[in-house]
Amino acid sequence: MATTPQVSGTRPPKVRRRRAGNPLTWVRSGGLSTLLFALPMIFVFAIFSWLPIVRSLIMSFQKTNLITASWVGLDNYTAVLRDPLLSTAVLNTAYFAVLALILGFPIPIIMAVLMSEVRRGKGIYSALAYLPVVIPPVVAVLLWKIFYDASPQGVFNVILGAVGIPPQPWLQSQSQAMPALVIEATWAAAGGSIIIYLAALLIVPPELYDAAEVDGAGIWRKIWHVTLPQMRGVIFVMLILQVLATAQVFLEPFLFTGGGPANATTTILLLIYNYAFKNSLGGNYGMATALSVMLAAFLAILSWVYFRLTNRWSTS
Amino acid sequence: MTSTGFSKAPIAVLAPDSEEPGEPNQPGGSRLIPWAGRRRSNSLLESDRSIISSAERKQPGVRRSLRFVHAFLAISLVVVGLGPILWLAKSAVTTTQDTLQHPFALWPSGVDWANLSQAWNDIHIDQYFFNTVIVAAGAWAFQLTIATTGAYTLSILRPRYAGVINSMVLATLFIPAVVLLVPLYLTIVNPPLLGRDYSLLNNYLAVWLPMAANAFNILLVKRFFDNLPRDVIEAARTDGAGPFRLFWSVVLPMSKPILGVVSVFAIIAAWKDFLWPMLVLPDPARQPLSVRLPAVASQTELDVFLAALAIATIIPVVMFLMFQRVFLRSAGLGGAVKG
Repeated sequence: MATTPQVSGTRPPKVRRRRAGNPLTWVRSGGLSTLLFALPMIFVFAIFSWLPIVRSLIMSFQKTNLITASWVGLDNYTAVLRDPLLSTAVLNTAYFAVLALILGFPIPIIMAVLMSEVRRGKGIYSALAYLPVVIPPVVAVLLWKIFYDASPQGVFNVILGAVGIPPQPWLQSQSQAMPALVIEATWAAAGGSIIIYLAALLIVPPELYDAAEVDGAGIWRKIWHVTLPQMRGVIFVMLILQVLATAQVFLEPFLFTGGGPANATTTILLLIYNYAFKNSLGGNYGMATALSVMLAAFLAILSWVYFRLTNRWSTS
Repeated sequence: MTSTGFSKAPIAVLAPDSEEPGEPNQPGGSRLIPWAGRRRSNSLLESDRSIISSAERKQPGVRRSLRFVHAFLAISLVVVGLGPILWLAKSAVTTTQDTLQHPFALWPSGVDWANLSQAWNDIHIDQYFFNTVIVAAGAWAFQLTIATTGAYTLSILRPRYAGVINSMVLATLFIPAVVLLVPLYLTIVNPPLLGRDYSLLNNYLAVWLPMAANAFNILLVKRFFDNLPRDVIEAARTDGAGPFRLFWSVVLPMSKPILGVVSVFAIIAAWKDFLWPMLVLPDPARQPLSVRLPAVASQTELDVFLAALAIATIIPVVMFLMFQRVFLRSAGLGGAVKG
């Protein structure tokens, strides 16, 4: 890659920096046209991002319908904490997150390492792995709902039958519903992670492998002592991203089971949705925002602690 | 703000100033892929060497294992990646009875092409399909406009207030999407500044505008603009190009690669979105496919429903096959920025 002569590495010099004060000078020096470029961004972020963020904090201390609002102190928070469904939802969400970690986290890493080693067909393999990500998530869930048909003629039950396993109830069973959701979610998300890991594998400096070979390392030791440590940064970030995503899982429980059977798949997000939108006469927006704020605070603390820890591991 | 797509990994912990792999300030389009410079190759998929060395590849044991890996990858990826799509394509033109009784048989009682036309006409997939296109096209236009003008302000015009806005935009990346759901909904029901009786419900702007408040896009485009050759921009300024001319005739034409990436992100996110359009577009006549498909599932015969699912899948899959490189590069790029 040739480097053209350019100001590289340094920040581009500040161009317009004149004293404001006289509006006419401001307009002449380009202040007005700059503002015209900035305004669309400021507008959408103010109305659709900053304002709602502030509003969610305020609303969690209010009783709101669409017309009036009154302060109720911590009532929303205590109401949420007293809801018997809360512990169910928290445990279900944690269960989903843990299952997704056990099942879904190692698979993309292994697949990416394998895919990086084959010489031919890598493009086709990447495309095949990424295909499930391209299918609209709603279509994927509705399709898998048909796959999970509990009758002996259901798609998955036919496959199991071929290897001699009796038909499973899948989504209709309290114990199997959540694993079924996790399997679909893993299938839907793995391709994206594989592509990211493949990209991370490419930036492992080849010299490190050469050096490891000089030291007599075999394939497994190269994977263990070079590849994985070199991918450590990406793996750490992917891990917390996955935890943050699964803590907010909504689509799968909403469309597969609606939280059933017997609340076995009610997640925190589903509970928030039910507080706010299930009752068509007007939702309990206060309780919904209170639970959202609590979840967000928990996730913020979790990621902060996580980054403190992983930073220490990365540097040591 | 793609934050309403809850199934998607939130980019909440995306560290804006984390060190990037590869050399910074690579000129040209390859800067987009930070690792491309080192490899002398634009492809995400090529590398000088990998874990297994050429010498090791000649050992019979390794060769046998690699052949096994090849077979394993081919079979598992075809079954898991392609299998469900093929099954959907087959079942879309199969009768309900056949699908229910023999899910893996190939058309025991003939191909039922009528499913497709029934889905298209009788359950109004045509209309919902059109709605989806509107949602995606508008989301694309708004996201591209906001991302480019915003990044242009922050990276090239750089007014005094740029620092404040930049940090406020980036800060939204750290807010989990769930926080926005209810207050944003109430903002749509009762937008500020427009009076009590005005509502954005059932208005496509309610989907487009929140999606345009996407800090990730601004971050991506701003980083790209930051690395554009300054001498070209300064030369254009010396030649008397004003800020609009500079934006339209100099900066945008040099930024096609990143515009492609943002476009892919925007269209795919809009096509996938479910919860948010369901909330703000309660009128079925305005809802996109992703919202209508679950709603019609229970009153539709299975074969017609599968045909509807197949129709909803065609466009994204065809887009992916056509723009594979952009897709895979975008996916890898997302990881590079995250990493």
